[in-house]
Amino acid sequence: MKHVIIGNSAAAVGCVEGIRRTNSTDDILLIASEPHHTYSRPLISYLIAGKTDRQRMKYRPDDFYAANNVTALLGKTAVAIDPAAQTVALESGETVAYDTLLVATGSSPVVFPAEGLEQVQNMRTFTQLQDAEALLESVGENTRVLIIGAGLIGLKCAEGLRSRTANITVVDLAPLVLSSILKPTPAAIIRAHLEANGVGFRLGTSVAAFRTLPGGGYEAQLQSGETIAFDQLVYAAGVRANTALVKAAGGETNRGIVVNTLGQTNLPHVYAAGDCTESPDACTGQHKVMALLPNAYMQGEAAGMHMAAGGAPLPCAPEPLIPENAIGFFGKHILSAGIYFDDGAEGKYEDFDGENYRCFYYDASAQRLMGYILLGRAERAGIYTALIREATLLPEAQFQQLRREPGLIAFSPEVRAQALRKQVV
Amino acid sequence: MKKIYVREEWCLGCHLCEYYCANANLGNGDMAKTLKGAAICPCIRVEEDDRISFAVPCRHCEEPHCKKSCITGAISVEGGVVRVDKDKCVGCFTCVLACPYGAVMPSADGHAVQKCELCLQNNTGGAPACVAHCPNRAIIFEEEAEVASA
Repeated sequence: MKHVIIGNSAAAVGCVEGIRRTNSTDDILLIASEPHHTYSRPLISYLIAGKTDRQRMKYRPDDFYAANNVTALLGKTAVAIDPAAQTVALESGETVAYDTLLVATGSSPVVFPAEGLEQVQNMRTFTQLQDAEALLESVGENTRVLIIGAGLIGLKCAEGLRSRTANITVVDLAPLVLSSILKPTPAAIIRAHLEANGVGFRLGTSVAAFRTLPGGGYEAQLQSGETIAFDQLVYAAGVRANTALVKAAGGETNRGIVVNTLGQTNLPHVYAAGDCTESPDACTGQHKVMALLPNAYMQGEAAGMHMAAGGAPLPCAPEPLIPENAIGFFGKHILSAGIYFDDGAEGKYEDFDGENYRCFYYDASAQRLMGYILLGRAERAGIYTALIREATLLPEAQFQQLRREPGLIAFSPEVRAQALRKQVV
Repeated sequence: MKKIYVREEWCLGCHLCEYYCANANLGNGDMAKTLKGAAICPCIRVEEDDRISFAVPCRHCEEPHCKKSCITGAISVEGGVVRVDKDKCVGCFTCVLACPYGAVMPSADGHAVQKCELCLQNNTGGAPACVAHCPNRAIIFEEEAEVASA
């Protein structure tokens, strides 16, 4: 069997490791546009901040491809899939054949047109190593940085660049920071924390036009009427799943490539995993894009196990996937998982002690924890995440005990014994 | 492989496992000197109420969520032991979010995570300090039960 993987990040690595869990001899060919050894994309902001380096941000050791007997075509771009012939065409003109194919093409930054944007030479998006390296070159102590987008990418970029310059302004059309993972109250706490650390915000507005200033630098004219002078623009207004290869091959795509829990697309022998996909949310059953690194790895691993199994039982069941995210800014951590209820809905439990904020979403009729947001104290949050991921039946008294303090003590002695005792078989 | 197991009916709630764990990971010197006045940050944590108490160490899961979720590749499995490379870790706490037992935790300085590595990462020679010093054998270090073949 020959397995071909398009991509070289978490989903691709998960697929390699999934295949090798059961099969040590099948051929694996990995094709990736970027020339680099597999590295962790989210670490590019840590690279800017000097908290990691090129070597430590490698997602797997230097011998990863050799140790897993993978042929890596790095710096080559796949341009078409022929599902009938079971081949992938490369930009270089080569064609490679597959028995199974994993598409792990990730996502690409979206740039919306704006008047004068094409004149801004100092413009970067922020998703790849080359973006971080360019910003390390261009941003110094006196550089005025304008970031468009107050989401995860824009704000991690702001935090990273803050170690280099004190002049950072973030603009977003949304009235909140991190609107993909936070509700208004925690978003306001995080915004204040970022402001206290020197990041400026203009929220609820957008850039109407860009102009080049005669004396050097640029100016952004906001819808609100204000103008902001800057030297470096970072465009982080969102990403879009890279679905084009599968779509052109006749595969089902929506906001992402549509896959099941095994990573299968509707094209025979073609799988997809990671940020380019939408897959079932174990919490709600709905198909959605859950573009998060842990999910990418686990999707890739499940696909890899299935690709290599040839119909035999898998070494483990695919991990249930839910939205779950951990991120931090200037020492304050944000952990979140599951789904949130609208403000005012039953089952929302919120508290804030001035330092730590916690919010839980509990469905009393289903007796399930559905989601949570924690700011600050992170300890043992995984106990909550597991309840959501596993859709555990959680009576209200137990929920209330866990809400006060995460611990196994809230569970029955039988559940604890399963977790902690030596099992007698 | 050998794993740490907990027998809650034998736990006295003395917290000695936490102190010996913290001390082992701080060089295993004179405990009174090392820990005097310091807030300890052990990898094993005791839970208790007025009826029961028990310690919770890493379970070294066969399908470790922490390892699968780690965004840096800092968590790996070596011979069944789930280990963390603190030098690679950036302290994002995705593993803290992922561990169903709450057994991966921020380290004392908050810049990385820590977890039980069965005392392989310190100078006790892989003899877990929590087990060695539990006065009531509530924490044991034994081979996993063999699953009988069908």
